[in-house]
Amino acid sequence: MAPSRHRRRGFSRRVQYTLFAGYVVAVVGVVVAAALILIARFDPLAFSALRGLVLDAGAPVSAAGRSVVRGGETVSEEIGAYFNAAAQNRALRQELAVARRKLVAARAVQYENARLKRILHLTDNGRPPVAVARLIGSDAAGHRRFATLSAGSSSGVRPGLPVRGADGLIGRIFETGRFASRVLLLTDGGSTVPVRVARSGQPALAIGRGDGGLDLRALASGGRPFQKGDLVVTSGTGGIYAPNLPVAVVVNVDRELAVARPVADPARLDFAIVDPVFQIPLPPPSDPLHRDAP
Amino acid sequence: MNRIDDLWDDRLFVTRARAVPIVSTIAGSATALLPMVAQTPALPPFGLLMLLGWRLLRPEMWQAWVALPLGLADDLIGGQPLGSAMALWTLCFLMLDIVDNRLVWRDYWVDWLVAAIAIIFCIWGGWSIARFTGGGGAIFTIGPQIAMSVFCFPAIVRICAALDHWRLSR
Repeated sequence: MAPSRHRRRGFSRRVQYTLFAGYVVAVVGVVVAAALILIARFDPLAFSALRGLVLDAGAPVSAAGRSVVRGGETVSEEIGAYFNAAAQNRALRQELAVARRKLVAARAVQYENARLKRILHLTDNGRPPVAVARLIGSDAAGHRRFATLSAGSSSGVRPGLPVRGADGLIGRIFETGRFASRVLLLTDGGSTVPVRVARSGQPALAIGRGDGGLDLRALASGGRPFQKGDLVVTSGTGGIYAPNLPVAVVVNVDRELAVARPVADPARLDFAIVDPVFQIPLPPPSDPLHRDAP
Repeated sequence: MNRIDDLWDDRLFVTRARAVPIVSTIAGSATALLPMVAQTPALPPFGLLMLLGWRLLRPEMWQAWVALPLGLADDLIGGQPLGSAMALWTLCFLMLDIVDNRLVWRDYWVDWLVAAIAIIFCIWGGWSIARFTGGGGAIFTIGPQIAMSVFCFPAIVRICAALDHWRLSR
Protein backbone atom coordinates (compact mmCIF):
# COMPACT_ATOMS: atom_id res chain seq x y z
CA MET A 1 0.00 0.00 0.00
CA ALA A 2 1.38 3.37 -0.95
CA PRO A 3 1.58 5.86 1.87
CA SER A 4 -0.99 8.53 2.34
CA ARG A 5 0.47 11.84 3.40
CA HIS A 6 -0.62 11.79 7.00
CA ARG A 7 0.08 15.36 7.90
CA ARG A 8 -0.67 17.64 5.01
CA ARG A 9 1.23 20.70 5.94
CA GLY A 10 -0.02 22.86 3.05
CA PHE A 11 1.24 26.37 2.57
CA SER A 12 -0.67 28.08 5.33
CA ARG A 13 1.63 29.85 7.75
CA ARG A 14 -0.88 29.43 10.55
CA VAL A 15 -1.09 25.65 10.19
CA GLN A 16 2.69 25.38 10.11
CA TYR A 17 3.09 27.55 13.21
CA THR A 18 0.51 25.48 15.09
CA LEU A 19 2.31 22.26 14.19
CA PHE A 20 5.63 23.72 15.25
CA ALA A 21 4.19 24.98 18.53
CA GLY A 22 2.82 21.48 19.16
CA TYR A 23 6.31 20.01 18.85
CA VAL A 24 7.79 22.66 21.11
CA VAL A 25 5.18 21.88 23.77
CA ALA A 26 5.87 18.14 23.43
CA VAL A 27 9.64 18.51 23.78
CA VAL A 28 9.34 20.89 26.72
CA GLY A 29 6.85 18.42 28.26
CA VAL A 30 9.36 15.56 27.97
CA VAL A 31 12.01 17.67 29.72
CA VAL A 32 9.55 18.55 32.49
CA ALA A 33 8.58 14.87 32.83
CA ALA A 34 12.26 13.91 33.15
CA ALA A 35 12.59 16.51 35.91
CA LEU A 36 9.54 15.00 37.66
CA ILE A 37 11.19 11.56 37.53
CA LEU A 38 14.33 13.00 39.12
CA ILE A 39 12.17 14.55 41.85
CA ALA A 40 10.48 11.17 42.38
CA ARG A 41 13.90 9.58 42.90
CA PHE A 42 15.01 11.98 45.57
CA ASP A 43 11.65 12.67 47.21
CA PRO A 44 9.23 9.75 46.71
CA LEU A 45 6.51 11.59 48.61
CA ALA A 46 6.50 14.66 46.34
CA PHE A 47 3.07 15.64 44.98
CA SER A 48 1.48 13.33 47.53
CA ALA A 49 -1.60 15.56 47.74
CA LEU A 50 -2.36 15.14 44.03
CA ARG A 51 -1.49 11.45 44.04
CA GLY A 52 -3.59 10.86 47.14
CA LEU A 53 -6.56 12.60 45.53
CA VAL A 54 -6.48 10.26 42.51
CA LEU A 55 -5.92 7.28 44.82
CA ASP A 56 -9.08 8.23 46.75
CA ALA A 57 -11.06 8.65 43.54
CA GLY A 58 -10.06 5.20 42.25
CA ALA A 59 -10.54 3.27 45.49
CA PRO A 60 -14.37 2.99 45.35
CA VAL A 61 -14.11 1.47 41.84
CA SER A 62 -11.71 -1.23 43.04
CA ALA A 63 -13.71 -1.81 46.20
CA ALA A 64 -16.92 -2.32 44.20
CA GLY A 65 -15.26 -4.77 41.80
CA ARG A 66 -13.62 -6.55 44.70
CA SER A 67 -16.88 -8.02 46.02
CA VAL A 68 -17.55 -9.62 42.64
CA VAL A 69 -14.10 -11.20 42.51
CA ARG A 70 -14.37 -12.42 46.09
CA GLY A 71 -17.80 -13.88 45.36
CA GLY A 72 -16.53 -15.82 42.35
CA GLU A 73 -13.54 -17.09 44.29
CA THR A 74 -15.60 -18.41 47.21
CA VAL A 75 -18.07 -20.18 44.89
CA SER A 76 -15.29 -22.14 43.19
CA GLU A 77 -13.71 -22.89 46.57
CA GLU A 78 -16.98 -24.18 47.97
CA ILE A 79 -17.61 -26.45 44.99
CA GLY A 80 -14.09 -27.86 45.45
CA ALA A 81 -14.69 -28.37 49.17
CA TYR A 82 -17.87 -30.34 48.45
CA PHE A 83 -16.03 -32.84 46.28
CA ASN A 84 -13.11 -33.19 48.70
CA ALA A 85 -15.30 -33.41 51.80
CA ALA A 86 -14.45 -36.98 52.90
CA ALA A 87 -10.70 -36.80 52.39
CA GLN A 88 -10.58 -33.33 53.91
CA ASN A 89 -12.53 -34.51 56.94
CA ARG A 90 -10.05 -37.31 57.67
CA ALA A 91 -7.07 -35.03 57.24
CA LEU A 92 -8.58 -32.33 59.43
CA ARG A 93 -9.37 -34.83 62.23
CA GLN A 94 -5.74 -35.95 62.29
CA GLU A 95 -4.55 -32.35 62.26
CA LEU A 96 -6.94 -31.47 65.07
CA ALA A 97 -5.62 -34.26 67.28
CA VAL A 98 -2.05 -33.07 66.76
CA ALA A 99 -3.04 -29.43 67.23
CA ARG A 100 -4.77 -30.18 70.57
CA ARG A 101 -1.65 -31.70 72.02
CA LYS A 102 0.42 -28.77 70.75
CA LEU A 103 -2.08 -26.29 72.16
CA VAL A 104 -1.68 -27.69 75.65
CA ALA A 105 2.09 -27.43 75.34
CA ALA A 106 1.79 -23.89 73.95
CA ARG A 107 -0.39 -22.80 76.90
CA ALA A 108 2.27 -23.97 79.31
CA VAL A 109 4.98 -22.15 77.34
CA GLN A 110 2.85 -19.01 77.16
CA TYR A 111 2.40 -19.02 80.93
CA GLU A 112 6.10 -19.51 81.51
CA ASN A 113 6.87 -16.79 79.00
CA ALA A 114 4.62 -14.30 80.76
CA ARG A 115 6.18 -15.22 84.10
CA LEU A 116 9.73 -14.74 82.80
CA LYS A 117 8.80 -11.43 81.20
CA ARG A 118 7.36 -10.25 84.49
CA ILE A 119 10.59 -11.19 86.20
CA LEU A 120 12.61 -9.26 83.60
CA HIS A 121 10.22 -6.27 83.72
CA LEU A 122 9.74 -6.48 79.96
CA THR A 123 6.54 -4.86 78.80
CA ASP A 124 4.79 -6.34 75.83
CA ASN A 125 4.40 -4.06 72.83
CA GLY A 126 0.66 -4.60 72.93
CA ARG A 127 -0.47 -1.36 71.35
CA PRO A 128 -3.73 -1.51 69.39
CA PRO A 129 -3.52 -1.41 65.57
CA VAL A 130 -3.90 1.91 63.75
CA ALA A 131 -6.45 0.59 61.28
CA VAL A 132 -7.94 -2.62 59.94
CA ALA A 133 -8.94 -2.45 56.28
CA ARG A 134 -9.17 -4.49 53.12
CA LEU A 135 -6.67 -4.75 50.31
CA ILE A 136 -8.71 -3.77 47.27
CA GLY A 137 -6.37 -3.88 44.29
CA SER A 138 -3.06 -3.09 42.65
CA ASP A 139 -1.72 -1.82 39.34
CA ALA A 140 -1.32 -5.18 37.64
CA ALA A 141 0.49 -3.60 34.67
CA GLY A 142 2.96 -1.57 36.76
CA HIS A 143 6.54 -2.47 37.60
CA ARG A 144 6.37 -1.62 41.30
CA ARG A 145 4.59 -4.05 43.62
CA PHE A 146 2.03 -1.82 45.26
CA ALA A 147 -1.36 -2.81 46.62
CA THR A 148 -4.21 -0.45 47.44
CA LEU A 149 -5.59 -0.47 50.97
CA SER A 150 -9.04 0.91 51.78
CA ALA A 151 -7.93 3.12 54.67
CA GLY A 152 -6.15 6.44 54.48
CA SER A 153 -4.95 9.37 56.52
CA SER A 154 -8.47 9.91 57.91
CA SER A 155 -8.05 6.67 59.89
CA GLY A 156 -4.57 7.61 61.04
CA VAL A 157 -2.59 5.71 58.37
CA ARG A 158 0.76 7.36 57.64
CA PRO A 159 3.57 6.52 55.21
CA GLY A 160 6.02 4.05 56.75
CA LEU A 161 3.63 2.13 59.01
CA PRO A 162 3.95 -1.68 58.84
CA VAL A 163 1.06 -3.69 57.37
CA ARG A 164 0.37 -7.32 58.24
CA GLY A 165 -2.26 -9.86 57.32
CA ALA A 166 -3.68 -12.72 59.33
CA ASP A 167 -0.80 -14.99 58.22
CA GLY A 168 2.13 -12.62 58.41
CA LEU A 169 3.80 -9.44 57.25
CA ILE A 170 2.51 -7.87 54.01
CA GLY A 171 4.59 -4.69 53.68
CA ARG A 172 4.51 -1.07 54.69
CA ILE A 173 2.51 2.02 53.75
CA PHE A 174 4.10 3.93 50.86
CA GLU A 175 1.73 6.85 50.38
CA THR A 176 -1.70 7.81 51.59
CA GLY A 177 -4.84 9.51 50.38
CA ARG A 178 -7.63 10.44 52.75
CA PHE A 179 -9.60 7.21 52.34
CA ALA A 180 -7.12 4.89 50.65
CA SER A 181 -3.39 4.23 50.72
CA ARG A 182 -0.72 2.40 48.76
CA VAL A 183 1.09 -0.49 50.41
CA LEU A 184 4.64 -1.31 49.30
CA LEU A 185 4.55 -5.12 49.30
CA LEU A 186 7.44 -7.18 50.70
CA THR A 187 8.13 -8.51 47.21
CA ASP A 188 8.91 -5.10 45.68
CA GLY A 189 12.56 -4.46 44.90
CA GLY A 190 12.45 -1.39 47.14
CA SER A 191 11.49 -3.32 50.27
CA THR A 192 14.05 -4.60 52.78
CA VAL A 193 13.02 -6.21 56.07
CA PRO A 194 15.37 -7.33 58.87
CA VAL A 195 14.49 -10.95 59.68
CA ARG A 196 15.85 -13.94 61.52
CA VAL A 197 15.53 -17.64 60.89
CA ALA A 198 13.00 -18.98 63.39
CA ARG A 199 14.92 -22.30 63.73
CA SER A 200 18.36 -20.91 64.52
CA GLY A 201 17.91 -17.23 65.27
CA GLN A 202 20.38 -16.40 62.47
CA PRO A 203 19.86 -12.74 61.44
CA ALA A 204 19.27 -11.92 57.77
CA LEU A 205 17.78 -9.37 55.41
CA ALA A 206 14.75 -10.12 53.22
CA ILE A 207 14.83 -8.10 49.99
CA GLY A 208 12.02 -8.17 47.42
CA ARG A 209 12.73 -9.70 44.02
CA GLY A 210 9.81 -8.18 42.13
CA ASP A 211 8.59 -11.60 40.93
CA GLY A 212 6.64 -12.69 44.00
CA GLY A 213 9.68 -13.95 45.91
CA LEU A 214 12.20 -12.64 48.43
CA ASP A 215 15.99 -12.81 48.49
CA LEU A 216 17.38 -13.72 51.89
CA ARG A 217 20.91 -12.56 52.73
CA ALA A 218 22.54 -13.81 55.90
CA LEU A 219 24.18 -11.11 57.98
CA ALA A 220 26.75 -13.46 59.51
CA SER A 221 29.05 -15.31 57.09
CA GLY A 222 29.98 -18.96 57.20
CA GLY A 223 28.02 -22.12 57.72
CA ARG A 224 24.75 -22.91 56.08
CA PRO A 225 22.38 -20.33 57.48
CA PHE A 226 19.29 -21.44 55.55
CA GLN A 227 17.58 -24.75 54.96
CA LYS A 228 14.73 -25.46 52.65
CA GLY A 229 11.44 -25.03 54.53
CA ASP A 230 12.85 -22.64 57.14
CA LEU A 231 10.43 -20.03 58.43
CA VAL A 232 11.84 -16.52 58.73
CA VAL A 233 10.23 -13.99 61.07
CA THR A 234 10.84 -10.30 61.62
CA SER A 235 13.67 -9.63 64.04
CA GLY A 236 12.51 -6.19 65.18
CA THR A 237 16.03 -4.86 64.60
CA GLY A 238 16.00 -1.15 63.84
CA GLY A 239 12.36 -0.75 64.79
CA ILE A 240 9.38 -0.22 62.44
CA TYR A 241 8.47 -3.92 62.13
CA ALA A 242 7.58 -5.59 65.43
CA PRO A 243 9.54 -8.80 66.10
CA ASN A 244 8.28 -12.36 65.52
CA LEU A 245 5.85 -11.67 62.66
CA PRO A 246 6.04 -14.52 60.13
CA VAL A 247 7.55 -13.24 56.86
CA ALA A 248 8.44 -16.05 54.47
CA VAL A 249 9.33 -19.69 53.97
CA VAL A 250 12.62 -20.65 52.30
CA VAL A 251 12.05 -22.48 49.01
CA ASN A 252 15.50 -22.51 47.44
CA VAL A 253 18.98 -22.34 48.97
CA ASP A 254 22.20 -21.32 47.25
CA ARG A 255 24.94 -21.28 49.92
CA GLU A 256 24.54 -18.01 51.87
CA LEU A 257 21.69 -16.77 49.71
CA ALA A 258 18.19 -18.14 49.68
CA VAL A 259 14.94 -17.48 47.87
CA ALA A 260 11.82 -17.40 50.01
CA ARG A 261 8.11 -17.10 49.40
CA PRO A 262 6.06 -14.71 51.56
CA VAL A 263 3.73 -16.37 54.06
CA ALA A 264 0.94 -13.80 53.68
CA ASP A 265 -0.65 -13.80 50.24
CA PRO A 266 -1.97 -10.30 49.44
CA ALA A 267 -3.61 -11.68 46.28
CA ARG A 268 -6.43 -13.07 48.44
CA LEU A 269 -7.64 -9.48 48.92
CA ASP A 270 -8.26 -10.08 52.58
CA PHE A 271 -8.14 -7.89 55.63
CA ALA A 272 -4.89 -6.18 56.46
CA ILE A 273 -3.88 -4.63 59.76
CA VAL A 274 -1.91 -1.39 59.92
CA ASP A 275 0.26 -1.38 63.03
CA PRO A 276 1.93 1.55 64.75
CA VAL A 277 5.68 1.85 64.22
CA PHE A 278 7.50 -0.57 66.52
CA GLN A 279 9.94 1.20 68.79
CA ILE A 280 12.70 -0.74 70.42
CA PRO A 281 12.22 -0.47 74.18
CA LEU A 282 15.02 1.71 75.50
CA PRO A 283 17.22 0.42 78.32
CA PRO A 284 16.50 2.16 81.61
CA PRO A 285 18.60 5.35 81.85
CA SER A 286 21.72 4.90 83.89
CA ASP A 287 21.67 6.94 87.05
CA PRO A 288 24.76 9.17 87.36
CA LEU A 289 24.39 9.27 91.15
CA HIS A 290 24.52 5.49 91.52
CA ARG A 291 27.35 5.00 89.02
CA ASP A 292 29.94 6.50 91.31
CA ALA A 293 28.52 4.91 94.42
CA PRO A 294 30.42 1.87 95.71
CA MET B 1 -36.32 25.65 16.18
CA ASN B 2 -34.97 23.13 13.74
CA ARG B 3 -31.80 25.12 13.25
CA ILE B 4 -31.15 25.24 16.99
CA ASP B 5 -31.62 21.50 17.15
CA ASP B 6 -29.17 21.05 14.30
CA LEU B 7 -26.65 23.30 15.98
CA TRP B 8 -27.00 21.33 19.21
CA ASP B 9 -26.57 18.07 17.30
CA ASP B 10 -23.45 19.42 15.63
CA ARG B 11 -21.94 20.43 18.91
CA LEU B 12 -22.74 17.04 20.46
CA PHE B 13 -21.26 15.27 17.45
CA VAL B 14 -18.00 17.23 17.62
CA THR B 15 -17.70 16.70 21.37
CA ARG B 16 -18.23 12.97 21.01
CA ALA B 17 -15.78 12.70 18.12
CA ARG B 18 -13.12 14.47 20.21
CA ALA B 19 -13.84 12.80 23.54
CA VAL B 20 -14.13 9.13 22.57
CA PRO B 21 -10.40 8.55 21.88
CA ILE B 22 -9.35 10.40 25.03
CA VAL B 23 -11.91 8.72 27.29
CA SER B 24 -11.14 5.26 25.89
CA THR B 25 -7.40 5.75 26.48
CA ILE B 26 -8.00 6.84 30.08
CA ALA B 27 -10.34 3.86 30.49
CA GLY B 28 -7.42 1.70 29.32
CA SER B 29 -5.23 3.23 32.03
CA ALA B 30 -8.01 2.63 34.55
CA THR B 31 -7.58 -1.15 34.24
CA ALA B 32 -5.07 -0.49 37.03
CA LEU B 33 -8.13 -0.22 39.31
CA LEU B 34 -9.14 -3.84 38.72
CA PRO B 35 -9.54 -5.64 42.04
CA MET B 36 -6.53 -7.94 41.86
CA VAL B 37 -3.19 -7.84 43.61
CA ALA B 38 -0.52 -8.95 41.17
CA GLN B 39 2.92 -10.25 42.20
CA THR B 40 4.44 -9.70 38.75
CA PRO B 41 3.40 -7.40 35.90
CA ALA B 42 0.42 -9.59 35.02
CA LEU B 43 -1.57 -7.42 32.62
CA PRO B 44 -0.49 -5.50 29.50
CA PRO B 45 -0.52 -1.71 29.89
CA PHE B 46 -3.91 -1.15 28.26
CA GLY B 47 -3.62 2.65 28.39
CA LEU B 48 -0.51 2.53 26.23
CA LEU B 49 -2.08 -0.01 23.86
CA MET B 50 -5.19 2.17 23.36
CA LEU B 51 -2.99 5.21 22.79
CA LEU B 52 -0.91 3.45 20.13
CA GLY B 53 -4.06 1.97 18.58
CA TRP B 54 -5.60 5.43 18.10
CA ARG B 55 -2.32 6.96 16.98
CA LEU B 56 -1.76 4.36 14.24
CA LEU B 57 -5.42 4.32 13.19
CA ARG B 58 -5.79 8.12 12.95
CA PRO B 59 -2.30 9.63 12.59
CA GLU B 60 -3.69 13.10 11.88
CA MET B 61 -5.99 13.25 14.90
CA TRP B 62 -3.52 14.01 17.70
CA GLN B 63 -0.47 16.19 17.91
CA ALA B 64 2.51 14.89 19.85
CA TRP B 65 1.79 16.92 22.99
CA VAL B 66 -1.54 15.11 23.56
CA ALA B 67 0.48 12.23 25.02
CA LEU B 68 1.58 14.48 27.90
CA PRO B 69 -1.78 14.83 29.73
CA LEU B 70 -2.78 11.26 28.87
CA GLY B 71 0.54 10.01 30.28
CA LEU B 72 0.03 12.10 33.40
CA ALA B 73 -3.40 10.49 33.88
CA ASP B 74 -1.84 7.04 33.47
CA ASP B 75 0.89 7.83 36.02
CA LEU B 76 -1.62 9.13 38.54
CA ILE B 77 -4.07 6.24 38.19
CA GLY B 78 -1.43 3.52 38.17
CA GLY B 79 0.79 5.01 40.87
CA GLN B 80 4.03 5.06 38.88
CA PRO B 81 6.39 7.97 39.58
CA LEU B 82 4.94 11.11 37.98
CA GLY B 83 6.51 11.81 34.61
CA SER B 84 7.24 8.21 33.65
CA ALA B 85 4.41 7.60 31.18
CA MET B 86 4.40 11.33 30.35
CA ALA B 87 7.94 11.19 29.05
CA LEU B 88 7.79 7.74 27.45
CA TRP B 89 4.48 8.21 25.64
CA THR B 90 5.45 11.64 24.29
CA LEU B 91 8.81 10.32 23.10
CA CYS B 92 6.87 7.53 21.36
CA PHE B 93 4.64 10.05 19.60
CA LEU B 94 7.64 12.11 18.47
CA MET B 95 9.32 8.98 17.11
CA LEU B 96 6.10 7.91 15.38
CA ASP B 97 5.98 11.34 13.67
CA ILE B 98 9.49 10.76 12.34
CA VAL B 99 8.51 7.25 11.22
CA ASP B 100 5.43 8.63 9.43
CA ASN B 101 7.62 10.98 7.43
CA ARG B 102 10.32 8.45 6.58
CA LEU B 103 8.57 5.13 6.04
CA VAL B 104 7.38 4.66 2.45
CA TRP B 105 5.42 1.43 2.69
CA ARG B 106 2.77 1.01 5.33
CA ASP B 107 0.51 -1.98 5.81
CA TYR B 108 -0.97 -4.01 8.66
CA TRP B 109 2.26 -5.87 9.45
CA VAL B 110 4.44 -2.78 9.35
CA ASP B 111 2.06 -1.02 11.72
CA TRP B 112 2.17 -3.99 14.08
CA LEU B 113 5.97 -4.00 13.96
CA VAL B 114 6.10 -0.25 14.69
CA ALA B 115 3.63 -0.73 17.57
CA ALA B 116 5.70 -3.66 18.91
CA ILE B 117 8.85 -1.52 18.96
CA ALA B 118 6.95 1.27 20.72
CA ILE B 119 5.54 -1.20 23.28
CA ILE B 120 8.96 -2.69 24.01
CA PHE B 121 10.43 0.81 24.37
CA CYS B 122 7.69 1.93 26.78
CA ILE B 123 7.65 -1.20 28.96
CA TRP B 124 11.43 -1.31 29.16
CA GLY B 125 11.48 2.43 29.87
CA GLY B 126 8.85 2.06 32.58
CA TRP B 127 10.89 -0.72 34.15
CA SER B 128 14.09 1.35 34.09
CA ILE B 129 12.31 4.34 35.64
CA ALA B 130 10.87 2.08 38.36
CA ARG B 131 14.41 0.82 39.06
CA PHE B 132 15.78 4.36 39.01
CA THR B 133 13.23 5.55 41.54
CA GLY B 134 14.04 2.72 43.93
CA GLY B 135 11.99 -0.40 43.34
CA GLY B 136 10.68 -2.86 40.80
CA GLY B 137 12.08 -6.27 40.03
CA ALA B 138 14.43 -8.23 37.81
CA ILE B 139 14.41 -7.58 34.06
CA PHE B 140 13.01 -11.01 33.20
CA THR B 141 9.69 -10.08 34.79
CA ILE B 142 8.89 -7.74 31.87
CA GLY B 143 9.41 -10.40 29.16
CA PRO B 144 5.98 -12.04 29.52
CA GLN B 145 4.33 -8.63 29.76
CA ILE B 146 5.96 -7.48 26.50
CA ALA B 147 4.86 -10.67 24.71
CA MET B 148 1.31 -10.33 26.07
CA SER B 149 1.10 -6.69 25.01
CA VAL B 150 2.41 -7.27 21.50
CA PHE B 151 -0.09 -10.09 20.90
CA CYS B 152 -2.94 -8.09 22.45
CA PHE B 153 -2.31 -5.16 20.14
CA PRO B 154 -4.33 -6.32 17.09
CA ALA B 155 -7.38 -6.86 19.31
CA ILE B 156 -6.95 -3.37 20.76
CA VAL B 157 -6.77 -1.91 17.25
CA ARG B 158 -10.07 -3.67 16.48
CA ILE B 159 -11.63 -2.03 19.53
CA CYS B 160 -10.27 1.36 18.45
CA ALA B 161 -11.66 0.84 14.94
CA ALA B 162 -15.11 -0.05 16.29
CA LEU B 163 -15.08 3.01 18.56
CA ASP B 164 -13.90 5.12 15.63
CA HIS B 165 -16.80 3.91 13.53
CA TRP B 166 -19.25 4.76 16.29
CA ARG B 167 -17.81 8.19 17.10
CA LEU B 168 -17.96 9.33 13.46
CA SER B 169 -21.46 7.99 12.70
CA ARG B 170 -24.48 10.28 12.93
